[in-house]
Amino acid sequence: MKSNSAVSSNKKETWSGGGVKPFGASYGKMMMWFFIVSDALTFSGFLAAYGLTRFKFIDSWPIADEVFTHVPFVHGEYPMIYVAIMTFILIVSSVTMVLAVDAGHKMQKNKVAWYMFATIIFGIIFVGSQAWEWNTFIKGSYGAVKTTEGKILQFVNEDGKQIAFADFVTTERLDGREQHTKKNGLWFVEEPTIATYSIDQIIASYNAHPEVQVRTELITDQKKKTILSREEGTAQLAKTRLVVEGANLEVNEYGNTIFADFFFFITGFHGFHVLTGILINIIIFFNVIVGTYEKRGHYEMVEKVGLYWHFVDLVWVFVFTFFYLV
Amino acid sequence: MGHAHESNTKKIWIVLVILTAITGVEVWLGILKPDFLHLSNFLGTSWLNWIFIILTLVKAYFIAWSFMHLEGEKTWFRRAIVWTPIFLIGFLVTLLLTEGGYIFDTLGPLVKW
Repeated sequence: MKSNSAVSSNKKETWSGGGVKPFGASYGKMMMWFFIVSDALTFSGFLAAYGLTRFKFIDSWPIADEVFTHVPFVHGEYPMIYVAIMTFILIVSSVTMVLAVDAGHKMQKNKVAWYMFATIIFGIIFVGSQAWEWNTFIKGSYGAVKTTEGKILQFVNEDGKQIAFADFVTTERLDGREQHTKKNGLWFVEEPTIATYSIDQIIASYNAHPEVQVRTELITDQKKKTILSREEGTAQLAKTRLVVEGANLEVNEYGNTIFADFFFFITGFHGFHVLTGILINIIIFFNVIVGTYEKRGHYEMVEKVGLYWHFVDLVWVFVFTFFYLV
Repeated sequence: MGHAHESNTKKIWIVLVILTAITGVEVWLGILKPDFLHLSNFLGTSWLNWIFIILTLVKAYFIAWSFMHLEGEKTWFRRAIVWTPIFLIGFLVTLLLTEGGYIFDTLGPLVKW
């Protein structure tokens, strides 16, 4: 019986498309491209949703360079420097990947292996950096309070610079609360971590420190967050419902909770791509070492995983722009 | 397409320099945020943001054309890959951002600050 498919599927060459090369592209390479196109649409769906939400809250969205200000092993605030370094690392890993493909065309097995190895290392550095970035974001840097109206209030000093609770909260807790553990309370009951400072304590410290001011999420004409007068600050603080330290899927000391949700989701989805990219690269790296492609006579497989790796870089370029710059 | 089995090493390094330079400019502008760009408005966002978006697209072009070697693919294969997402993403982004602006115009006045 003659099959209707253009390519017979009962032969060994199924995965190479039986040698058919429409547009001069092999089956595997073409399918990698089509996968990349569909994945690009997925990512743009997420980023477009982020854009919609941001436009929805355009007058109160967190300002990125006030959120991502830390560099590992360095004290002080350096907005965006670390993400810039991460971006550079990913671009360099893309370069080593192209160099591996280039060496593959010349059938230089050792060079391909070394460049693949470098790509994997840079990839791991990038994922590690992202994990650090997440950790910093989750732990938070200053702390804030949330009002009954769901607004986030932060604290600034007389220069308008944001300060942490530890910088001005000096009094006792005032509410006598202690973290309930199995050791100091009922052994069969647990409670979620309580905030380091109590609401009363923060309000009392605010009253005791006339230089401290309250900052709201509202963005002014000068594209800065609004700083309230002392009296307005007292009025707003009276509505405090919750002390927020750091960010998670439910609260976010930097502002809108959904900002944190999108941050975790989009950078997480990208990080997952990087992770799978590293795993695929490792597999191909060992294939290169054992000489699979040397025997096959070409290194097209390196080119195909290279496409995926470059795509991950390409997506990061957009994530970088829309999360950290714009 | 002179099917690129010739070495492109030199070109690869040039592209690295270009991509690094563009990223550097972006970060520099992002830290500096000059008022005349940052506080301006053009088609719904500031000129600064437009500069970021354009520079990003330039970076994307270099990655796709040089690293992913689109320049070496057959014309219509390249067009199938490039124009399909550009059309669909442009469509999606236009609709969603317009909608986001509308939601803000409608709900924004109801939020008390």
